[in-house]
Amino acid sequence: MNKRLSIFFSMLLVLSMFLAACNGGGDNAGGGDKGGDEGGKSDVPQELRVNINTEPPSLHPGLAEDSTSGTVLRQVLEGLTRINQDGKPENAMAEDVQVSEDGKTYTFKIRDAKWSNGDPVTAQDFATAWKWALDPANNSTYAYQLYYIEGAEAANTGEGSLDDVGVTAVDDKTLEVKLVNPTPYFLELTAFYTYLPFNSKVAEANPEWATDAGDNFTTNGPFHMTEWSHSDKIVLEKSETYWDAETVKLDKIEMIMINDPNTELSMFDNGELDWAGAPTGALPTDAMQALKDEGRLVTQPIAGIYNYKFNTTAEPFNNVNIRKAFAHAINRQELIDNILQGEQLPAMAIVPPSMFEENEKGYFPDNDVEKAKEFLQKGLEELGYKDASELPAVTLSYNTSEAHQKIAQAIQDMWKQNLGVEVTLDNSEWNVYLDKVNQMDYQVARMGWLGDFNDAINFLEMYRDADGGNNNTGWESKEFQDLLAKSATETDADARQQLLKDAEAIFMEEMPVAPIYFYTNNWVQAENLKDVAVSGLGDVQYKWAYFE
Amino acid sequence: MAKYIGKRLLYMILSLWMIVSATFFFMRIAPGNPFASEKKLPPEIEANLNAHFGLDKPWYAQYWEYLVRIVNWDFGPSFKYKSQTVNDLINEGFPVSFLLGMEAIFIAVALGVLLGIIAALKHNRWPDYTAMIIAVLGISVPSFIMASFLQYFLAIKMGIFPVARWESFMHTILPALALASTPMAFIARLTRSSMLEVLANDYIKTAKSKGLSSGVITIKHTIRNALLPVVTYMGPLTAGILTGSFVIERIFGIPGLGAHFVTSINNRDYTVIMGVTVFYSILLLVSILLVDIAYGIIDPRIKLAGGKKGE
Repeated sequence: MNKRLSIFFSMLLVLSMFLAACNGGGDNAGGGDKGGDEGGKSDVPQELRVNINTEPPSLHPGLAEDSTSGTVLRQVLEGLTRINQDGKPENAMAEDVQVSEDGKTYTFKIRDAKWSNGDPVTAQDFATAWKWALDPANNSTYAYQLYYIEGAEAANTGEGSLDDVGVTAVDDKTLEVKLVNPTPYFLELTAFYTYLPFNSKVAEANPEWATDAGDNFTTNGPFHMTEWSHSDKIVLEKSETYWDAETVKLDKIEMIMINDPNTELSMFDNGELDWAGAPTGALPTDAMQALKDEGRLVTQPIAGIYNYKFNTTAEPFNNVNIRKAFAHAINRQELIDNILQGEQLPAMAIVPPSMFEENEKGYFPDNDVEKAKEFLQKGLEELGYKDASELPAVTLSYNTSEAHQKIAQAIQDMWKQNLGVEVTLDNSEWNVYLDKVNQMDYQVARMGWLGDFNDAINFLEMYRDADGGNNNTGWESKEFQDLLAKSATETDADARQQLLKDAEAIFMEEMPVAPIYFYTNNWVQAENLKDVAVSGLGDVQYKWAYFE
Repeated sequence: MAKYIGKRLLYMILSLWMIVSATFFFMRIAPGNPFASEKKLPPEIEANLNAHFGLDKPWYAQYWEYLVRIVNWDFGPSFKYKSQTVNDLINEGFPVSFLLGMEAIFIAVALGVLLGIIAALKHNRWPDYTAMIIAVLGISVPSFIMASFLQYFLAIKMGIFPVARWESFMHTILPALALASTPMAFIARLTRSSMLEVLANDYIKTAKSKGLSSGVITIKHTIRNALLPVVTYMGPLTAGILTGSFVIERIFGIPGLGAHFVTSINNRDYTVIMGVTVFYSILLLVSILLVDIAYGIIDPRIKLAGGKKGE
């Protein structure tokens, strides 16, 4: 018996030592800061190592439809314009841009630039690339990004001919583009990846040119691709044929594909990566606070919004006051401080502050419980209920994810405390969820939206028609539609901005969507890494980056 | 024997057909489609895509096409990864998963059996308790926690191994260890208990009384008989390790096939789902067959063909 007891205690001892070791490790975890400065002490090799999360689904500019592909494409191909370090479009492949007086015809003069195989970059390369994306036979899901061009939509939907699309190579170096409407942000669009060119000669000889690195993957951007090992890594090297090669300082970029935030941060801490977190990767949410406390976390707002959409076709959210009551009774700052922890901005408007500066304040104060109660009372009266408990059962839907769930639980509690309304939560897998939201089989549903280009229209247009693909609220307003229609033909920038603001005001008055917060990008980077440009849309460019 | 294997192959094809059919129909019943995203496509483009991939055809036509594709071993293009076909994904991903799996199985079997034997031979003494503590930890700590644990101590703190990726042999050790920890523990316990059982048998006493050395008794008489349960476990273990490597592959950023097995379902990447399922099913069916054959070799008492009493 005695012997057994001693064995038991020795086991206990081993176990407790083991657990103690675990614990000690946890304490040190936050302090392990070895990353970054190690690379700088040597002779500073200009080699950047970043994580891009996943395999880019396609590196053909006509087929790319996601940010990972966009990240790679932006480094290897160059469009007519490029978003510069100040977030403004500047001439890139275009040397000169002429805009007609009505703002509907753009004439681009292509600079003397070469593809990586020595072919000259021509106007024809652009015309071919854009028409390739619009050709229905090529199944480009992002072709609609080109619908600003005359005849593009008709050609893409098969109602018109590709020959009638308003993009013409007048000669080798002149590209003429005719637009449907004067589009003041068109030079933003020409920097977007669907508008990137490809080498039309190579593509003609080998339609599968974009599936692997190699001679066929000709590039005209700051870097060219030397290795693409699928689902593993992409290696880019400085392109000697790039017209502005002297600006480019990095010799090599290694883009690895690790889809695990904890590993990403560990690799950074271990000096195996020079960047961890957004926009190309992600940081583990539970590490945010520690990184912030250490002063390592970099935060930058991006043009994106996290929303709760209301189904305005069914009770009780067919009533505007009920919608307002629910939108007012959310304490956004508390969500940000306690759950999100990424210094997001509370959203009391629909257009991000990077586009409308005054939206930092928004249309109503955050967490206005008094007002919320008033709206609720009014709404109840209008719907003919005596008390909040008589409201039809309210369900809040979200797609399955830990972050969405935490937010939903917190808001569920806020609505209960502030309005006395019991809300049930309902989560489903992403695809199932999209189906439900698209069929309006919900009452309140979370949705996010990231801008494709830097213009407010991006955040308003989807609510124009009740049956529009991304509206999903059943809401539409004649006044709102008229303002958007007017903005499309307005050539004066300030007047147009005002029209869009008026449209937003109507939207916020009707509140078919309760805005929650504006997204931010959070990351950590090697201390000696400078001038990586992350735009207001969260697009990253390494053209100017270097190690000090 | 040939007749037996022939019969088994026939059953395998039947099972495969059932798996393929069930997968096909469940996959289609699930809401959503490969083109769904936060930003909804214009309906014309979506219709065009459906037509291009043949998703607008009636289900029986699509089902038939799938069966033909499987027979030809050509699963078509991936919906999501436009630069690769499903065959490319399998051809590039499987060797990586296979290597990782084999390394893990090797570690699991070698260490597991060793621990089990030590525990059994030193029954109720400290080596036994140590081995069993390791086994309990191995079984109760999930592989993804083991993975972070190994990463933290062996890579970040001690700097012996790289944190992640799949570049050199050094890169393969941590993921293989993490993947092996649970099966290793299981094998250790399995070996221990069956060793103890065998050691209690009369023929071991006979061997001892014959004056055979303890080494010969352990190797020739005990281990061979005690390993039968371990061999039984090898079939499900192989399948489990190959399909279950998803989490480990994700944590260590390994470009294997396991990741596609799960992400293809979230993406509703129909062709990849089918391709990977068929591939893994064949793997599983073959590994079960091999285990059954190995049985007969290790233990002649098990007659594979069966029903031969009359002879």
